[in-house]
Amino acid sequence: MQKVSREILVDKAISLLNQGVVKAVFGWRKGEFDYDVTPAVFTTEKDIKENFVFNGFCGANFSKYLVAKTVNFDGKILVFLKSCDTYSFNQLLTEHRFDREKVYAVGIPCDGMADISKVKEIAGDGVSKIDFEGDMMKVTTLYQDEPVEIKLGDVLLERCYNCKSKKHVAYDELIGEDGEVLDSNRFDEVAKLEAMTPDERFAFWQGELSKCLRCNACRDVCPACTCEKCVFDNPNSGVENKAAANSFEEKMFHIIRAFHVAGRCTDCGECSRVCPQNIPLHLLNRKFIKDINQFYGEYQAGEQVGSRAPLVNYTTEDVEPCDVFKGGEENA
Amino acid sequence: MRKCSIDNINDVLKALSEKIPLYLPVDRLDGKATYQKYQEGKVWSNALNTERSAKDFFFPQMENLVEFKTQGKNVEVIDIRDEKQDFIIFGVRACDVKSFEILDRVFLSQPVDTFYKSRREHGIIFSLACSKPNETCFCSVFNIDATAPAGDVTLWKTETEVFFKANTEKGEKILSEIDSLTTECGEETVNEQREKTKKILSKLPLSDLDLTNFGVGKTKALFDSPLWKEMSSTCLGCGTCTFVCPTCQCYDIKEFKVGDKVTRFRCWDSCMYSDFTKMAHGNPRLTQAERFRQRFMHKLVYYPDNNDGLFSCVGCGRCLSKCPISMNIVKVIKRVGGKENE
Repeated sequence: MQKVSREILVDKAISLLNQGVVKAVFGWRKGEFDYDVTPAVFTTEKDIKENFVFNGFCGANFSKYLVAKTVNFDGKILVFLKSCDTYSFNQLLTEHRFDREKVYAVGIPCDGMADISKVKEIAGDGVSKIDFEGDMMKVTTLYQDEPVEIKLGDVLLERCYNCKSKKHVAYDELIGEDGEVLDSNRFDEVAKLEAMTPDERFAFWQGELSKCLRCNACRDVCPACTCEKCVFDNPNSGVENKAAANSFEEKMFHIIRAFHVAGRCTDCGECSRVCPQNIPLHLLNRKFIKDINQFYGEYQAGEQVGSRAPLVNYTTEDVEPCDVFKGGEENA
Repeated sequence: MRKCSIDNINDVLKALSEKIPLYLPVDRLDGKATYQKYQEGKVWSNALNTERSAKDFFFPQMENLVEFKTQGKNVEVIDIRDEKQDFIIFGVRACDVKSFEILDRVFLSQPVDTFYKSRREHGIIFSLACSKPNETCFCSVFNIDATAPAGDVTLWKTETEVFFKANTEKGEKILSEIDSLTTECGEETVNEQREKTKKILSKLPLSDLDLTNFGVGKTKALFDSPLWKEMSSTCLGCGTCTFVCPTCQCYDIKEFKVGDKVTRFRCWDSCMYSDFTKMAHGNPRLTQAERFRQRFMHKLVYYPDNNDGLFSCVGCGRCLSKCPISMNIVKVIKRVGGKENE
């Protein structure tokens, strides 16, 4: 059963707005269909009543938006955070990327969010309506006489199948009961890649990364990518590029990006969710997380505000660099 | 009109591809269709459309234009254009076929883009009529008939047969070469399918999009709308919409240097990017709201202004399904062109 409804969130948003606790509400605006909801800022009760929506397609992580939305904003912004979003929220606070005082965070329970392309794989094209009943959805299409019943659990976003935690690590207020950190299987796919020979692994990534359009959606949505001016956008950097000039560059872009967010990536999975070419980018980040866990002990970015990531925190117990280098071989 | 059994389509594809390289939609490992070069074993996808548009054939994401070799104070300019040969694009939907006309008006007007022109002249288009449009389709809004797309040859596919109709001399010539694999037939089955599809098209959720507030001469009425800022407020500034769009045609020209060799190439650019059209004085559009406005004003106002009222959107719906935040041209047409903005 869904533990939170649109009504609960709308009431919460309107009451906080009317009490003057917040001046704006960050939420999901309804679209043309039931699945194409857009992150949006609401400032009036009327707008919230008419256009605020909450359903199984609210996958977007709002944390990064707070960086831009809180700057020069006079007052507090209400933001609804799923448990995975709260890790990004904390990580951004650790990096001093927004002012905590300007945010009122409401944690919301989540049973996972749906992926419309998976819904269409089952229900077919021409999805005209989706009705939610608990953890079931009834999908009406242009081509089927009867609505198709689909279990939310069968069409989850890739990252939700491997949800790492139902626990909210940051909030001012929580709707419903908090969950637990989960034993997820999120490193299984990485282990499969590690078990490959270098040639197989190279072929796998060659195949995936050659699909890349260089649209930069992965970078632009990533809560760990908050540089004011990315080197890849800066004509003076010498590495700025809008398309791969050779077959090496498409790989370098993603690998450099994965290195850049290593130790800071909370594994929120937004990169893979937004990729228009379905490249499993999260696997690069998970490989780093898995290695960090192995060499420096378990570490979850964003679990605590102010925590120092192993890669930027020297201790005498640190693994010797030569052992790190050998790590991959030992795994194989 | 001629036809063949769907069971024999591979023979047709094989025969065609033996004469001329042929590209057709094939399902990738992840189930999404992309254009791939035909060879034995490639199966024609049943997907409604390809992930990337067919513009790639004429306007590729990246292409080398010219090379320079430096030796001391001398610069040698090397023309690296190779002789293009004919190729077939098989199964192009009506929306993408229309996009070629929109691109033509840009690249074939003076000064003519010879790189584009050469590919366009060598491309033979086998278009494919739609019979199961998606909810995100709205080509009819732009007066595109998805049941009878243009192209050198038009194809109709049913459960059991594929129908061929030549529309140009090029098309007639190539069809005559596979005469032995097809049989002459009447148009009844095709007409029946067309009528059925037209009924579906008229009932599509986006078929009633109203464009009256867009088009020629609407710049002043729309430019200062406060909705641009509001609607772009969560835009990530990524280039997804522009890169999957069959009509987006902006590009950048850059150089790549290795040793004494400089390669000048062009690549797609995106008006969503912060360095788009950056000039010596800086960037003319400093905020995402201005860049967002540029994209939609270009498609719905500026392009029509310069092209006899023709919109530069074909309603393929790719941006609707690909935008990471589900913001798109339909939402813009409805809100910016709607009552809220009057």
